[in-house]
Amino acid sequence: MNRIKQLFQEKKNILSIYYTAGYPNTGDTIQIAEALEKSGADMLEIGFPYSDPVADGPVIQASSKQSLDQGMTLKLLFEQLKDLRKKVTIPVLLMGYVNPVLQFGVENFCKACAEVGVDGCIVPDLPMVEYEEFYAASFEQHNLSNIFLITPQTAEERIRKIDGLSNGFIYLLSSSATTGKNLEVSNTTEDYFGRIKAMNLNNPTMIGFGISDKQTFDKACTYANGAIIGTAFVKAIAEGNLEESVSTFMKKFKV
Amino acid sequence: MKYKVNEKGYYGDFGGAYIPEMLYPNVEELRQNYLKIIDDADFQKEFHQLLKDYVGRPSPLYLAKRYSERYGANIFLKREDLNHTGAHKINNTIGQILLAEKLGKKRIIAETGAGQHGVATATVCALRNLECVIYMGEVDIERQAPNVARMKMLGAKVVPATSGSKTLKDATNEAMRDWINNPVDTHYIIGSVVGPHPYPDMVAIFQSVISEETKKQLLEQTGSDQPNYVLACVGGGSNAMGMFYHFMDDENVKLIAVEAAGKGVSSGFSAATTYLGKEGVLHGSRSILMQTPDGQVVEPHSVSAGLDYPGIGPQHAHLFKTGRGQYVSITDDESLQAGLLCTQLEGIIPAIESAHALAYLEKMEFKAGENVVVCLSGRGDKDLDTYIKYFNL
Repeated sequence: MNRIKQLFQEKKNILSIYYTAGYPNTGDTIQIAEALEKSGADMLEIGFPYSDPVADGPVIQASSKQSLDQGMTLKLLFEQLKDLRKKVTIPVLLMGYVNPVLQFGVENFCKACAEVGVDGCIVPDLPMVEYEEFYAASFEQHNLSNIFLITPQTAEERIRKIDGLSNGFIYLLSSSATTGKNLEVSNTTEDYFGRIKAMNLNNPTMIGFGISDKQTFDKACTYANGAIIGTAFVKAIAEGNLEESVSTFMKKFKV
Repeated sequence: MKYKVNEKGYYGDFGGAYIPEMLYPNVEELRQNYLKIIDDADFQKEFHQLLKDYVGRPSPLYLAKRYSERYGANIFLKREDLNHTGAHKINNTIGQILLAEKLGKKRIIAETGAGQHGVATATVCALRNLECVIYMGEVDIERQAPNVARMKMLGAKVVPATSGSKTLKDATNEAMRDWINNPVDTHYIIGSVVGPHPYPDMVAIFQSVISEETKKQLLEQTGSDQPNYVLACVGGGSNAMGMFYHFMDDENVKLIAVEAAGKGVSSGFSAATTYLGKEGVLHGSRSILMQTPDGQVVEPHSVSAGLDYPGIGPQHAHLFKTGRGQYVSITDDESLQAGLLCTQLEGIIPAIESAHALAYLEKMEFKAGENVVVCLSGRGDKDLDTYIKYFNL
């Protein structure tokens, strides 16, 4: 059984952390992963940077640019992750845009993920129909989960279809927004989360976009199996001692 | 129809809709409705009425005598520069604003490079009383100051794009982010034949009026609606697609698309996409784009803000790959010289974008009696500063 499925069977209130590979320094990728696991993260999403990240707000854009300017590439990332499974036991996903994957080669990409022990991928600009036609075979062959996104505007029929294609979890966007906006849990958001919960999907759900503190995390956990934190974490490790920053940040969620 | 879009939104290997889920409902709404709305008789009537009375169409097809003498062929200029707001861009914004109204949208966003599309969008928003936000690269805001002033006077909010190269590509990113954050009431008027399906097809349909008129005018003036060559400049490629549209299926008509070589295709400062690019995904469609081996988009360069874009529309990628279109490039210097030549031979100051297409005439060889149409996509008022500095006028 893959690590993602096992995690969802064993745990509730799952805390997943996103960070950009090669940020703040090129060599930090593995060190951050180890520090996060040590301080209680349940799952990791490692972003491979892209020059034109249209779904991201200013913080993740800036981290991506800095990482690229310092020389990060997808090839280098897989080299950095070579000994990932000697150091990290929790599930790891890669998150990024489709063009770097295309240039790396879809099959090569999936193979490299499997070799280093990556469990799944989130590629926001890869549409469902393209995934089914051109990508699904490689993903399945290498036992990778592909994580789809849904938003408050996603129609029920489409959610069912996404549920059918998913084999890990579904990423619920708290609102239609680029990353880094604050979660305002209004009545409409609650209605939306409630509506999804009532659909009894086959796959577990994780809420992302706008989760930044214990309060928003706990709120998200009442509607889903857990939540994902990205922007707030990327901001927190911008400066200072990396291990300290990670552990200070994570303590807020472990009260 | 072998060069047109198929039911899946592809032109051969190119096209599609590579968009995050947040954009799916908007793009899907458009995909399901655009042909229905455009084909509706009332829509057609209003669209053509506005093109006639407001834009000033049909734009003349002008037989340029002195050019014809110089090149030894009949050189016709399709005068899109005479349109209201000074370029072909308004053909598309009139179409899209009417479509946005039919979809019940209240707010319009757009990206702009040279500012021509921004002005054309701000103009139709004023005309139809809709809120208008224009994203424009910080660098372009500086080099196209008159157009920024026009947009503001028209009531649009101009938001600088400060990421990346701070030009058209980055303005497009910012407009897409705005659309993600405003998923219900906003329509994004993309200014070129780029973006996720159905944008490339929709924009091509609205711009196809250029070749529709050209065919009729050629028939009247020469007795044949079939020229030997049509030429147009290509950034994203909307004026070229409008110019090629009704000639695409007639293989006797040679299609020549002129890209911006910048300081030279091998200089590292270029926007010659088909020469320097590889297949990939940019701004929602699979096409050809300038990129590193790692798939990062390369910053382009051109003296012309409207051509300063690292990709081309998917239909252009298809015309290029199939060999139906010939894709060539012209440097900054060559285009500026051609702009001055056009001004002094024909009394027309062309936009530097359009001057790229004119410049390629210098490199061609014609037989006597051949008919050549060049799309003069825009006027050069916005480029006076660049011309004056370059020629020390």
